[in-house]
Formats: sequence, C-alpha cells, structure tokens
Amino acid sequence: MNAQPSMVSKKAPRKVFFAANHPIYGWLFALPWLIGLTVFYIYPLCSSIVYSFTSFNGIVAGRFVGGRNYADLMADETFWIAVKNTFVFAAMAVPASLIFGILVAVLLNAKIRGRGVYRVIALIPTLVPVVAVSIIWQWLLNSQFGLVNYLLYRVGLPGPPWFGSELWAKPSILLIVIWTIGANILTYLAGLQDIPESYYEAAAIDGAGARHKFFRITLPLLSPIILYNTIMGIIGALQQFTLAFVITNGQGTPANSMMFYAMYLYKNAFTYFKMGTANAMAWMMFVVVMALTVFVFTVSKKWVHYMGE
Amino acid sequence: MLRKYHLSVQLSLILVSLFFVIPFYFMVCTSFKTQAECYVYPITWLPEHFNLRGYRDIFGMIPFGRYFLNTSYITVLNVIGVVCCCPLAAYSFARLKWRGRDPLFFVTLAVMMIPYQVIMVPIFMIFSKLKLVGTFWPLIIPQYFGVPFYIFLLRQFFKGLPKDLEDSARIDGCSEFRIFLKIYLPICKPAVLTIMIFQMLSSWNDFNGPLIYLQRSEMYTLQLGLQQFKTAHLTYWPPMMAAAVLISLPIILVFFIAQKRFIEGITFTGIKG
Repeated sequence: MNAQPSMVSKKAPRKVFFAANHPIYGWLFALPWLIGLTVFYIYPLCSSIVYSFTSFNGIVAGRFVGGRNYADLMADETFWIAVKNTFVFAAMAVPASLIFGILVAVLLNAKIRGRGVYRVIALIPTLVPVVAVSIIWQWLLNSQFGLVNYLLYRVGLPGPPWFGSELWAKPSILLIVIWTIGANILTYLAGLQDIPESYYEAAAIDGAGARHKFFRITLPLLSPIILYNTIMGIIGALQQFTLAFVITNGQGTPANSMMFYAMYLYKNAFTYFKMGTANAMAWMMFVVVMALTVFVFTVSKKWVHYMGE
Repeated sequence: MLRKYHLSVQLSLILVSLFFVIPFYFMVCTSFKTQAECYVYPITWLPEHFNLRGYRDIFGMIPFGRYFLNTSYITVLNVIGVVCCCPLAAYSFARLKWRGRDPLFFVTLAVMMIPYQVIMVPIFMIFSKLKLVGTFWPLIIPQYFGVPFYIFLLRQFFKGLPKDLEDSARIDGCSEFRIFLKIYLPICKPAVLTIMIFQMLSSWNDFNGPLIYLQRSEMYTLQLGLQQFKTAHLTYWPPMMAAAVLISLPIILVFFIAQKRFIEGITFTGIKG
C-alpha cells in the first residue's frame, strides 16, 4: 500500500508531459508560424480571389459580380497604360541590372589595390532608404539646377528633362535602380569567389584570352546566380512601387508615364476604394509572376550550369 | 600588358565608384548648404560655410523627433517579434519529427512567391475588422507570427548542426524546449543576428505598410513623414537633404557595426533589407 503512491508520483509526470521527441513538440514549436501562415498568407490568398469577383468597396460587403471587375479592367485605358509601363520598365531594368551588376562584380573581383574600399563604396547606396534615395535623385536629375544636367552641359551635351517628360521618366527610375544595385553585385561577387582559380590557369595554359575566359568559364559558372537574380529582378520590377510613388506623389505623372501596375493597384484599393478591382489586378499579377518564373526556370535548364556537373 | 590591364581596371573602378559615391556625397554636402547656394551655377562642390540650418529647420517643418520615435518603436518591436517566432518554427522544420512537417515546409517556401499586392487588401480587411487600422499594431503583429523567408534561412542553419548534441541532452532529461533554447539557439546566434539586421532594415525602410495603415500624421514614420517635404516645401533642399542624411544614419551605423554579418547576409540572399 505504501509503495503505491510513490510509484504513481514517479509515473505521473510522464503521463502529463509528453515524452522527449514526441511529435507534439514539432507542432507546438511551429504553431505560431502555422497560425501566421494561415491568417497572413493562405487566407488572404484565398479571400483575395473571392474579393476579385465582388463589388466590395472596403466598407459595405460587396455582392458577387462575376467577371465584371476583370472585364472592366480590360476596358480601362489606365490599366493598359500601367501594364505597358510595367513591362517596358522590367524589360529595361532586368537586363540592365544583370549586365551592370556582373560587370562591376568582375571589376571588384580583380586583384587590385584598395578593392575592399571599392566594395564598400558599391554598397553605400544600398544603405540609403528609398525615400532618401528619391530625394537625392530628384535634385541630381533636376533639369534646371541638377548635377547631372550640369555635367552634361559641361561636356557639351543637352540635358534631357528626366522626370519632366514621358520619354525620360522611366530611364530616370532605371538610373536610380542601377544606383542601388549593391546587394546584387555582392551576390555575383560571392559567386565569382567560388570559381576555382585553377580553371583560369588551365584555360591560360590552353591559350585562352580574357574574353574567352569570361564567356567560357566565368559566365557559365555564375549562371545559377544569374538565374536567381533574373527571377528576383523580374519579380521586383513588376512590383515597382515606392520610387515612382514617392517621386510623383502618387500621381504617376507625367501623362501616366510613371503609373506602374502596383501603383494603379494601390490607387484602386486605397484611393478609389475599389477593393474588388484591386484584387482582380493582384490576381492577374500573381498569375503573370508565376508564369514568368516557370518560364525562366524552364528555359534556364539550357543555360544554367551547376559546378560539379 | 599586365600593367595596362591593371590600369584600365583601376580606372573603371574609379569611374564606377564615382557613380556610386557622388550622389551620396551630394546628399551630405547639400544638407550643409544654404538654400541660395543650391541654385548657384556652376554647381559648388563644397558648401561655402558648413551651415547647420538645414538640420535645425527639419524639426520646425515636420515633427521629426516624433517620427523618429514612431519608427524606432515599430522597428524594435518587429525585431523582437521576428526573434520570438522564426527560430522556433525553423527549429521545428529542421530538427523535430512530426507528420505534415515536410509538406508544410514546402508551403512555407511557396508563399514566399506571393506578391505583397495579392495579400495586401485581405490583410488590411482583417485589421480593419479588428478596428486596428490607424494604430501601429498592423505593422507589428504579423512579425510575431513569422516571416517565411527568415524561417527558411534559419532552417538551413539548424539543418547543418550535429545530432549528437540533442541526443545526449535528451538522455540527461532535458526538455525539448530547453534543448532548443540552451543548446541550438546559442549556436545559431550569427544566423539570428542576420535576420535581426534584415528585419531592422526592412522595418526602418518600410514605406508601403505605414502608407496603408497610418492615417493621422502624428503617427507617421520617418519614411512617410519625409514625403511631407515634397508637397508643401518642395524647394527647401537643405532640410530635405538633412532629413535624408538623418534617416540613413542609423542604417549606416548598423552597417559599420555589423559589417561582416551584413555582407554575409546579403550574399546569401541577394536582397535589400
């Protein structure tokens, strides 16, 4: 009789608490995130598609309108301007960042005095918050007293009106995007440092020149990083928002030339309170981003080389 | 031949560096100029006298101190939130065995692909129903429920650690939570520091979130507050540049303190903030 209670008390904790390695701990540890995953990702994803078929305005529950939001967008001139702007911008920004990023990274990888300093310098613009970046460049690209046009004037070139014209607005944004490319450069640099020196030495023995080394060794071995940066670049360019929004005070001026897709989506949602339309736009964007990613991945099999293959 | 090559690389690097540095230099330089000096032609490369008026004027034009506190408050709470949730989830995905773990990790990776615009309105509606729009909470709460990207990053680190540690700890009767907290988390300090820096950057720089959720101007963050120079005070360049310097300063400080970690983090992920 006396032995009994002590045995119970010994066993009791094992029954109350789960044994070490019990699957319950996995669930418990992941629980906050599983809630977050559901509430902030899965549920919004699903409800966004539902909203896109309603006339929801943010206050009064919308009714089901079928594909009207989509049809309205197809007939909306500004929508198509935004689509065109965004694709034109992406078509400029993705290759430009790719080429400039790789070139600068190759330069920074050269064994040269002071390269540590050059590397930090390339990173500095990345540290400046976007709003500050836009302030700086609005002065630099000011057509009357900005530095860029002053320098162009000094070398005898006419300065373009930059943000002031439809033609030059997107190149202006592109210039800013290229200025803040430091993080991108760093990824290429990391890739370059992984390429064994012996590859270049072997190529040199075979009589390969600098150009040959770059196209036959450097680029192929850098291709996984190029793929990664291409996909991130496409996604980023299609979502271009803050720079254009800050610089144009949310107007997308001049003549809608800086009205990007994400900005028009924002305006539909929070300026015109057409939440249904905004979500229709969001879903179309999602589909395009997915399709482009899949496309780039599929095509990449032809040009991406992984080391050791 | 080799010397010529070196010379051309050196020259190109100097040119590229000028492109990166000059805009930054002019931000700092213009912040010390007077308003009149900003319109002087030809452009002056140094302010005539170092003039601190731009810095003083910011505080009169916008409630800069207020915005600074708001931004810091959100940033600090976000960084804490990220540390509370992400390592736990990452540890669970990396080292604990439970049914559904791998599919759920796959879903975690997949949701990183969702553009922010897709989930923006529904999340806004959630906070709107909770009557939290116009408060700081929508900018803080989500971080306490995990960021998929950080979870993925930390999982990679946890995955690479030896199993012997946990086995011996279990034999000694350590609880699962203690094993995580006392053994694995300390080893992962560098990785946790990296995600803290990332979150700090992205909270400090966030423009979209405050734009959607903060409605009264005394609650604005720095990124939103700086917008105010542009409507009413479009032409006052020195204070605008001074403000730009001041909001960049904390990040530059963090960069120089955590330089190595910061660079490792970027190379690993390739993202800005």
